[in-house]
Amino acid sequence: MTDREVVIKLRGIRNQFGRQVVHEDLDLDVYRGEILGVVGGSGTGKSVLLRTIAGLQKPAAGSVDVLGTDVLNADEDTRQKLENRWGVMFQDGALFSSLTVRENVEVPMRAIPGLDPQVRRDLADLKISMVGLQYLAGDKYPSELSGGMRKRAGLARALALDPDIVFLDEPTAGLDPIGAAAFDELIRDLCHSLGLTVFLVTHDLDTLHATCDRIAVLAERKVLVTGSMADMLEVAHPWVHEYFHGPRARAAVPDKPTKGD
Amino acid sequence: MTAGGDSADVTLHPADDSGSVRLSGAVTIRTVTAVQKHLSALDAETVTRLDLSDVTRLDTAGAWALLQFRHRAGHGVQITGATPEVDSLLRTVENAWPQPEEPPARDASFRAWLDRFGRRIHAGLMFLRALTAYLGIFLHRLARAVRHPSEFKLTSLVHHCEEVGLKAVPIVALMAFLIGVVLAFQGSTQLRQFGAEVFVVDLIAISILRELGILLTAIIVAGRTASAFTAAIGSMKMREEIDAMRTLGLDPGMNLFVPRILALLIMLPILGLIANIAGLFGGALMAWIDLGISPAMFTTRLVEGTAVSHVFVGLVKAPVFAMIIGVVGCHAGMQVESNAESLGRMTSNAVVTAIFAVIVADAVFSIFFARIGI
Repeated sequence: MTDREVVIKLRGIRNQFGRQVVHEDLDLDVYRGEILGVVGGSGTGKSVLLRTIAGLQKPAAGSVDVLGTDVLNADEDTRQKLENRWGVMFQDGALFSSLTVRENVEVPMRAIPGLDPQVRRDLADLKISMVGLQYLAGDKYPSELSGGMRKRAGLARALALDPDIVFLDEPTAGLDPIGAAAFDELIRDLCHSLGLTVFLVTHDLDTLHATCDRIAVLAERKVLVTGSMADMLEVAHPWVHEYFHGPRARAAVPDKPTKGD
Repeated sequence: MTAGGDSADVTLHPADDSGSVRLSGAVTIRTVTAVQKHLSALDAETVTRLDLSDVTRLDTAGAWALLQFRHRAGHGVQITGATPEVDSLLRTVENAWPQPEEPPARDASFRAWLDRFGRRIHAGLMFLRALTAYLGIFLHRLARAVRHPSEFKLTSLVHHCEEVGLKAVPIVALMAFLIGVVLAFQGSTQLRQFGAEVFVVDLIAISILRELGILLTAIIVAGRTASAFTAAIGSMKMREEIDAMRTLGLDPGMNLFVPRILALLIMLPILGLIANIAGLFGGALMAWIDLGISPAMFTTRLVEGTAVSHVFVGLVKAPVFAMIIGVVGCHAGMQVESNAESLGRMTSNAVVTAIFAVIVADAVFSIFFARIGI
């Protein structure tokens, strides 16, 4: 694993709100082309970690290095370039409500100099179709879409510029099992064919099992352990054990013999 | 030729004898406009092959341009020299190729126009009917509260009285005071030409007591309170609190509408009275400064020249305005759907509707009083 290119490198991250420390001395590496699932109990700062890497939250200490750029100390220009190389899908899509889905997907493309408006529209249609939305959904406003469709549209916008890294915040939360499974498959397929690196925050064990190459567990204010699903089952830490051996975990990972049962 | 990109350049080598077009460089979203232009300038008939062996980078935009060219050419243009990753990308893009669908066409005929017009009228009438229904709900629950006082929420009523009444006093008083000042100032300029300065008292008294005091108070309250009602009830509706109330056997009419509308019914006449006093005070002050009409003279003239009926004509409108504002605000709040946009839309709708309805009602009152000669 060590010879693979590291695209996200976190060292000694410390995040705190007032006196409440969320992360302390947190280290994490994400490798190119992998789907990393980040799990952790409520309030362990999974979304905060995502926001920290995406530059939406400034950590109190530590360094964030994405694609070889120091995010925290980069100047405006470098940051702008970097932002074109990652895409973020927020929990409910976070689509601009005054724009249609197509216009939403076009927003990041507007930053490309000299891109023909007709080409931009066609590319937006392509992205909308790639995430499995109907052609006519492009003309609709976010309020006219269901939750699952909004997530797909949010993903289309995150993918607009063919980013190297995609951040997904709870991609399957609030979806029915069929919709969630379809979304898992979509992420897997797109990641494979577009060569994406995916940083995925989730609670959903099925998603972890179906999509992730590697899992990072957040607990005790740091990344407690990383590894594959099989590795997770071996971890002795009480919370991790409870998480991956609980009744829901057994339903999600039925074919693996679970130790300690 | 070379198409300029950020750091990546793309070159398109024209077709050789075998009809093979070779691309080199990065075919990405930054260069796709140029690539597409050059591809579309090619004679599609002569091209048999797109050679990608020198392409350093290809993204979905590039894949889109190549596949679009292949579609246009119609016959099978081969794409060669692709790495397995690029091949997989091309396949993904091909599989996801958008299938344009025509949106349902908008009928532009007269018949369709008439149809839409009719629907608008129908929607307007339905809206009036819904408002009447809400008024009915309010009156029914109010009657019920009289018969079963234990169900009535007194605390809530007092709270809303404070919100819609007490807290509106400063803005209403200031507004009326300024209107009085303006009336006195404008009136004195005009009346001085006829040497009839003293009639400025009648002008101020009648216009404020009969019309402006209560009308402008109602407009301010409509802006302040109708929006507050809609926002409060609407956000409860949005978070399914209203449904939760229903499942717990709590009636939204009794718990939400009655205290709010009743608070308006009680407070709007009081606010109107305060506006009348503040307006007269402002007028008297300006008349004193500008025309030298002393407060004593103003009072005498006011008592002699202005029938007390003007006050009643003004204040009798207050409960009607209160009902309009309250019912419109509560109704709009209940129409909020589960998204934040509808909350914003309904809130501004409520204000516009409430102000408009108040002015219409005021016009109706004016005609009515003119006909019966008060």
